[in-house]
Amino acid sequence: MQNGPEHSVSTHELPVSQQPEVDYVRVRFAGDSGDGIQMTGTRLAESAARFGNDIATFPDFPADIRAPSGTIYGVSAYSLNIGHSEVDTFGDETDALVALNPAALRKYLEGVKQNGLLIIDMDAFTERAISKAGFAGNPLEDGSLTNFRVLPLEITSNTEKALKETGLSAKDARRCKNMWTLGLVLWLFERSTADVEHWIEQKFHKKPDVAKANILALQAGHLYGEVSDLPPDVSRYRIQPAPLMEGEYRSINGNEGMAYGLYAGATLADLELFYGSYPITPASPLLHTVAKLKELGAISFQAEDEIAAVCAAIGASYAGHLGVTGSSGPGIALKTEAIGLAIMTELPLVIVNVQRGGPSTGLPTKTEQSDLFQAIWGRNGDAPLPVIAPAHPGECFDIGVEAAKLATRHMTPLMVLSDGYIANASAPWKLPDFSDPAYAPFPVTQVSNPEGFQPFCHDEETMARPWAVPGTPELMHRIGGLEKQAGSGNISYDGENHQLMTEIRARKLEAVANSIPLQHVESGKSTGKLALLGWGSSWGPIRVAARRAELDGKSVSHIHLRHLWPLPPNLEELLSGFDRVIIPEMNNGQLATVLRSQISTPVESVTSVKGRPFLVREIAQIIEDALGA
Amino acid sequence: MTDLKPKDFASSLDVRWCPGCGDYAVLKSLHKILADTGAKLEDTLCVSGIGCSSRLPYYMATYGFHTIHGRAPAIASGAKLANPDLDVWVFTGDGDGLSIGGNHLLHALRRNLDMQIVLFNNQIYGLTKGQYSPTSQKGVRTPSSPGGTIEAPLNPARFAIGAGAKFIARSVDTQAKVLGPILEAAKAFEGTAFVEVLQNCVIFNDGVFDRLKDKKQGPDNTLLVEHGKPMVFGVNRDKGLRAKPGGFGLEVVTLEEGGLSEDDLLVHDESNHALAVALAELGENEGEPTVLGILFREAGVEFGAASRIGLPENKLSMEEKLSRLSATLRASETWDVGEDAA
Repeated sequence: MQNGPEHSVSTHELPVSQQPEVDYVRVRFAGDSGDGIQMTGTRLAESAARFGNDIATFPDFPADIRAPSGTIYGVSAYSLNIGHSEVDTFGDETDALVALNPAALRKYLEGVKQNGLLIIDMDAFTERAISKAGFAGNPLEDGSLTNFRVLPLEITSNTEKALKETGLSAKDARRCKNMWTLGLVLWLFERSTADVEHWIEQKFHKKPDVAKANILALQAGHLYGEVSDLPPDVSRYRIQPAPLMEGEYRSINGNEGMAYGLYAGATLADLELFYGSYPITPASPLLHTVAKLKELGAISFQAEDEIAAVCAAIGASYAGHLGVTGSSGPGIALKTEAIGLAIMTELPLVIVNVQRGGPSTGLPTKTEQSDLFQAIWGRNGDAPLPVIAPAHPGECFDIGVEAAKLATRHMTPLMVLSDGYIANASAPWKLPDFSDPAYAPFPVTQVSNPEGFQPFCHDEETMARPWAVPGTPELMHRIGGLEKQAGSGNISYDGENHQLMTEIRARKLEAVANSIPLQHVESGKSTGKLALLGWGSSWGPIRVAARRAELDGKSVSHIHLRHLWPLPPNLEELLSGFDRVIIPEMNNGQLATVLRSQISTPVESVTSVKGRPFLVREIAQIIEDALGA
Repeated sequence: MTDLKPKDFASSLDVRWCPGCGDYAVLKSLHKILADTGAKLEDTLCVSGIGCSSRLPYYMATYGFHTIHGRAPAIASGAKLANPDLDVWVFTGDGDGLSIGGNHLLHALRRNLDMQIVLFNNQIYGLTKGQYSPTSQKGVRTPSSPGGTIEAPLNPARFAIGAGAKFIARSVDTQAKVLGPILEAAKAFEGTAFVEVLQNCVIFNDGVFDRLKDKKQGPDNTLLVEHGKPMVFGVNRDKGLRAKPGGFGLEVVTLEEGGLSEDDLLVHDESNHALAVALAELGENEGEPTVLGILFREAGVEFGAASRIGLPENKLSMEEKLSRLSATLRASETWDVGEDAA
């Protein structure tokens, strides 16, 4: 039945490849957090996406805003995987590392593959910087890099030289070294600088001097590749466009996709979007994105704290809007009591949790999926709510739409579990066509007829109660956190009634379970020796590893849960068709524990909480351990 | 439509405050001024937190939301932002509003969204059976302070001034002639109106405001201020406030003594911020009257109106929204894939 857009149309059925540097190249830019690394990476990603490549990115920046320069903890990095084949992860290893200082080299050298390319700014390798990075000696001279192809360049001085005529101070000129580097990397990929130049012109249209300097640096880097005699072992990468599905594309990260999707969801429900939030990493861009939708009628409200943020959203829902709040684990913890109120008052509310490493403040900028228990069970009383999770950035838009649909259809708060990786990673995204039946409107009916009106009388199919908003004549009623008499909604401390209302709240989840799609198999056959069961952002590495193993003739299937609570009704039956079910997840075994309480099929757990998504080889190892090499 | 009477604003539920509780009087005043001002049931929203006073919405025939402890201003803010046509009232207490919900009260007052916040101050936790509250007088013995409290009490009106409130008033629960006009003025004010009601808890803190309410001594201990009127008080109307000569602050004087007349007294100016600070503090020391009435009122930028600048003037149709969304999604770089692609 009416199940929202089931999957984002994206790059799913591209061939999967095992040939790095032929079908895909993994590049990592790394430097000081003030070096403009994120911008450089984003530009290359956009450029590759426009060229038609499939891409996956992983921005990795420190929690400090401007950590002391030259330190390991101040290194900011941006990894991207550019493919002719399908790429779902940013890559286990790096084919090319651009290190703008010794600390960046030290931090990321370990991830570079044997014989990988190191592009290094020699100018930054002063004695002091080398020792600050913790190297015993100069790695460019002591032979420690012999396993790699090293391309030491005077990036800083080349940038200064290129900008000599502009009259810019040496300091300002040096700030353009990221553009010089980008120019060189674009040359390395046989790409022109035109797109980036265009972007620079737009970005700095109010500062033509800055625009000019950046473009000059970019062109100089590109020209350097062209005219210099680079060592013979430095070859250029020829990554052809990926055979993506036809359509109009842009690149999108998960936070943007989610914000737009929530707006689309509210719109398709014929409601206004109200987004109440309090700044927190990594969820703040949701607030920033909704704030920019004011001309579209979206209301954003930066509250005084997490509690006020969710409460304002609840108030807005009560008054007839679609209330949404977003945060990360610690903020969700603060919102917990109010979420219970939304459950008790049966108001539609969407809570987005962009998960990060926990517990407590944990690892604010690192990804994790360890708030599943919190989402499903983390409230006082029997307080059920639906939980859904996007698998990758391109799915966030549709998750936002579905969240709005389920919350309004069943009159319930609902939690979306995104995470720091999905939120920040970007991928090519086929723009939605709103005439597609997947985006059919699902207008909400707010009641106006006083005849027989009972605020807590439930629809048998959806278990929704009537939504009567303040301002409607003749329907005045009172709601609150105290237990209510079924039907009238008046306060009731009666035991029998509490039993009934508790059952009604549970049945609401059953109604949701009946309306979500049956669980399907993501890749592989629907029965077999091994099923890898994932949820959320472990989608990419599981998908790549499972598909490669399948190509090798192994009996491996990938099943990925979008609906985590309630679970799809056919899940047990589906899993029982496999000899073994293994759940890789970025927590200490939460989904495995949940499933053991719900289904009888045995499941095994493999976990990793290292602040980054699984590597493909880690998943491949799980498959090998289970099925043999 | 027929005009509503005060009783029309009462819900059908039995009021379940303790007999003799000051809350009854406030509820009655509220019903009356809503009727007097022609309020509509469907456009009136009462939001509360947790505590005795927060039961009030259940006794109203309007829309009502009994929320969670301390959070009523935040929920009310969301509702008001979503529907500016609602007349939104927040009912809270000294524990709900100033202890667990202090942060929300602070920010609601500073934002100045058009709503009324009525804080019932009985200087005690009633619903949890008598623990001291943030406004309890120093030294009060309660179950949680058997040796007497050691905390300095918070003065709600002073807190409101510090938070930047633009409308601050104070009344005693049973003085309908004072409270009624204050509630009316609060309702009419375009911004957040803060009303502190000194309210008697008959069970756990009975008589705490007797010196203000008592017919005999009350007038000597309270000063009812009115904009543009000299500040006279006392049973015999023979006391007043003047600016301390040669100093800074207020001074209680007795008229006729030393030839002083009403002309020597300060005239209340609602828009004088410094005066409001001084008035709010009065009553904390022996010999000073507690000031009742509208202590401060100043027109300011109303948050709701300001926050709507930039929103479409009329509600957009679904088609228009989707079309604007499509354009927004394409404001970033896009490219075509496929046979027809350039």
